Amino acid sequence: MSDWEPKIIAFLCNWCSYGAADLAGVSRLQYPPNIRIIRVPCSGRINPKFILAAFRHGVDGVWVSGCHPGDCHYIEGNLYARRKFALLKSQLEYTGIVEPGRLHFSWISSAEGTIFAEMARRVVGSVVAAGPAQHFIKKQAEVA
Amino acid sequence: MQPCSESIREAAKRLLLEKRVDAVIGFRKGTVPFMNEPFLARTPEQAGQLVWDGNCAINLANYLPKRTGSVAIAAKGCDSRSIVIHLLENQIRREQLYVLGIPCQGMTDKRRIADRLNGRQVLQAEETGGKVRVSGRDFEQSFERADLLQENCAICTHKNPVLYDELLGQPVEEQQIDRYVEIGKIESMPPEQRRLYFDELVQPCIRCYACRNACPACYCPTCFVDESKPQWLGKTTDPTDTRTFHFLRAFHVAGRCTDCGSCERACPVGIKVRLFTMKLEKQVKELYGYEAGVTQDERPPLDAFRPDDPEPFLG
Repeated sequence: MSDWEPKIIAFLCNWCSYGAADLAGVSRLQYPPNIRIIRVPCSGRINPKFILAAFRHGVDGVWVSGCHPGDCHYIEGNLYARRKFALLKSQLEYTGIVEPGRLHFSWISSAEGTIFAEMARRVVGSVVAAGPAQHFIKKQAEVA
Repeated sequence: MQPCSESIREAAKRLLLEKRVDAVIGFRKGTVPFMNEPFLARTPEQAGQLVWDGNCAINLANYLPKRTGSVAIAAKGCDSRSIVIHLLENQIRREQLYVLGIPCQGMTDKRRIADRLNGRQVLQAEETGGKVRVSGRDFEQSFERADLLQENCAICTHKNPVLYDELLGQPVEEQQIDRYVEIGKIESMPPEQRRLYFDELVQPCIRCYACRNACPACYCPTCFVDESKPQWLGKTTDPTDTRTFHFLRAFHVAGRCTDCGSCERACPVGIKVRLFTMKLEKQVKELYGYEAGVTQDERPPLDAFRPDDPEPFLG
């Protein structure tokens, strides 16, 4: 148990948050290495299926980040996404699929490398506090 | 409610004779009690088979998407709201439609009746006034209609159609009621208990998709459950797959569900699937002040945004 490290999937939008991760990297900022980044064209691209699939495959946390509202490369992608996320998070926690502390959302622009590193630390800390995911993992069929 | 059957038949006959519509969508008597079947009357003679009573709960708006030609449809409150959703989503044009609005007193739940009969089989059922009289071999019993309503009908706040060309019958009084008592109870449980509650709720699910098929809002050309490349949803009855299915089904009708209760009525194993959709309905109302299908002037909530939308999910 003591050597458990959380696995976290981060869906980052190409134009802002992915840029922020890049900036955090070239600025040599330290943040825990538990996140696996998946680059998406826009936070509006995030489908609830992706998040559920990630949890079903056994990740301990999911972090979704995009441009600040109003700064979307596609003008309004994240404004639609915002409504989707609000319903998604409340519904996931209501049905008990995701315990509080496993699913995180943020808006981070490509100039905010320090904020990215800080948010990464917060996400990892919160997922560590929630512990290893146990309930919503699909067991692979055992083949004789 | 018999007089209503008469007025539907009359209106249907008239519309078909005048060739105002190609067909009238309504109900006819099913082969067993408490089961009326959806019916498309295409000739004035067929219009004579139309009926209306407390077993017309299925949402007829389900038969509208992509329909060609003109059609009349019998619509109670929830059906009319689903029709508004279809109009907003360009599934049918208003010119094609002739809506026979029906003020609704709620529909009876066949499960509630079965619960009270201890396995005795009903051979005949009749509705008169506020009573439902059922009879079978060696027994006859009468129930208050108000006690037998479907759960969604008991908390309905749109009994009168929101859109119609012709109203059959007198408008009924709308009730002022807190629709979310049940949801509030679940919300107040600790997270762990909520998870167990929903695990148990969907445990009997056999993944027949009857809830999806009965839903007027589910008309995607390829449903997410049928997608195979990539396959986002496993096709097994593994608990995670079942949970995913119920979650996504509800999410797909967020802000579009009119709580007609067709899904719950269609479920062969009696899962209260409305507990998923009701929470989203509540959330949409609280965050965006939107009620599905009440007005044609506003886009559905997930197809719109405001610059100052709340962001309760951040962090």
